[in-house]
Amino acid sequence: MPDERMPPGWPIVARKEFTDHLYSGRFVALLAVLSLAGAGAVFAASTGIRSVAPQTVGIPALFLRLFTVSADPVPFALVVFIAFLGPLLGIMFGFDAISGERNQRTLARLVAQPIHRDDVINGKFVGGLGIVTVVFVALTLFVAGIGIFRLGVVPTPAELARLSVWVLAAIVYVGFWLALAMLFSVVVRRSSTSALIGVSIWLGLALFGNLAARLVARLLAPSGPGAALAEARLETLLARISPMTLFSEASSALLDPTVRTTGVVTLAQLDRAIISNLSLVQSLAVVWPQVVTLVAYTVICFGLAYWAFMRQEVRA
Amino acid sequence: MSDEPVISARGLTKRYGDTVAVDGLDLEIGRGEVFGLLGPNGAGKTTTILMLLGLTEPTEGTVRVLGLDPARNPLAIKRRVGYLPDAVGFYEGLTGRENLRYTARLNRMDPDEAEARIDMLVDRVGLADAADRPAGTYSRGMLQRLGIADALVKDPDVLILDEPTAAIDPEGVSEMLDLIRTLATDQGVTQLISSHHLQQVQEVCDRVAIFVSGRIVASGTTHELAVGGAGPERLELRIDGGRDDLVRALEGVPGIDDIRPGRRPGSWEVVVAREHAGEAVRALAAGGVEILELRRASEELDEIYRRYFQEVTTHAG
Repeated sequence: MPDERMPPGWPIVARKEFTDHLYSGRFVALLAVLSLAGAGAVFAASTGIRSVAPQTVGIPALFLRLFTVSADPVPFALVVFIAFLGPLLGIMFGFDAISGERNQRTLARLVAQPIHRDDVINGKFVGGLGIVTVVFVALTLFVAGIGIFRLGVVPTPAELARLSVWVLAAIVYVGFWLALAMLFSVVVRRSSTSALIGVSIWLGLALFGNLAARLVARLLAPSGPGAALAEARLETLLARISPMTLFSEASSALLDPTVRTTGVVTLAQLDRAIISNLSLVQSLAVVWPQVVTLVAYTVICFGLAYWAFMRQEVRA
Repeated sequence: MSDEPVISARGLTKRYGDTVAVDGLDLEIGRGEVFGLLGPNGAGKTTTILMLLGLTEPTEGTVRVLGLDPARNPLAIKRRVGYLPDAVGFYEGLTGRENLRYTARLNRMDPDEAEARIDMLVDRVGLADAADRPAGTYSRGMLQRLGIADALVKDPDVLILDEPTAAIDPEGVSEMLDLIRTLATDQGVTQLISSHHLQQVQEVCDRVAIFVSGRIVASGTTHELAVGGAGPERLELRIDGGRDDLVRALEGVPGIDDIRPGRRPGSWEVVVAREHAGEAVRALAAGGVEILELRRASEELDEIYRRYFQEVTTHAG
């Protein structure tokens, strides 16, 4: 006899998580930090673009430059900033997903309600993704608003489409960190330990990821003719292990129709290349491997968290 | 008691690696019955409860709750069974009322209906004034009361309470016991109460089982347990005299099994077949033994309880 028909349980859990996050101090703090930094970056970028206004005629997707250009006095473009701070967003909304339930001794009570065990972890993931979506959409609209105001340029439908796809990619990227943080919250008992592990991985990758890729590439690169090229290719490959690199590369192509490749390019390959703009679909094709890998990372991480959670005893 | 048991377990066993948490448990609880699962900490009470709710899988044996198998119909069971976990906790950032609301939503209750029920319940457990404060500010005893309200939100047919009286002050305990009794008599809610505080729960339980190291070592009504079932009667005496006086007076009384020093200093214990106990007492009086105090040694349940625990501890040690 099957269970009597009941609506699924995960939306209830997701809704509660979403509401909890929305009213939490960490949400307000994060939104404030992101808005301030985002506004700073875009303000500087728009000032930079205005100062060279006469030359901007004919630059494709000028509006999107707001996101990809850095200018004095803010040393980074918005996309770089998101690639760097996005992980923090995921970690903050995921590090105590399960360990928090255990610490507050609510887990036994929760799973004793008429929901399946996986409704808990699914709902928490969906709720976290929901709040991340809210953050990104709000941030993007905010930044776009400043841009329109400062540049007097209204984004074209094509630019809006690119922006939307980029926001989706950003959500997947942060979703990976959310899933990773949730995995630690399942495996590690203490929320503080879980947060520390997440933050260590984030900072380690952000600060030393590229350095490590370069060092390893130098060690492993063959000698002889073409060694420099081989080394550069290897370095790019290794750097792409990091989701940050993947997201940065995906961002660059999605937001800039002139980006034609993310790999190593020789001068010979550029010789007599016809400069033209790519369509969104073509841009997406350029970074398709990056996007797919990001999705795969997220799925694998969440899968591990799910598996670990389902195997755990309720009482620990 | 009714035809079909509300909760039944057959040969229920749970092993974690080499440790046996629950060892071949047989259990039957009828409709409207209040059943006490009594035992020391670590006896396997919580594990048993988790298996009844389908929250952990039995290694062996079968469980039926409301006629359903928790492994196959967990949701249908959990919709109708209220559960108060051991050392229950609540979301600290949410108020007591919000916590209960979440439980109501998880049970797919109608919001208006749930709201009315929550109002009634917080009042019933004496938290009406505190219901809109964050649960993080609650004392242990208040959390326990909120836990009862939480278990009752879904208007359950069955209530499983794990250590319901732990961490509550004596007044709270008696209120809790009143509530349990009322639920059983007025609403016919079947209840399984696990506790290591025998004294506290024995008065509300229709039947109890003494559960030690994963096994039920004795079960029955509190009365049956108190008189030791079919075993011999143990009379504990303090007399003006020595063992010889007892032996002399009891000479000729059938069924005397043993005359030995009692557990309390200066007392004696006469082990006599149940049907001859009265005869033995009369013989003592007739034999001129001056009885200062006479009681049935097995009269108090906690003594039996202690004895079972000691047996197990000595076996284990």
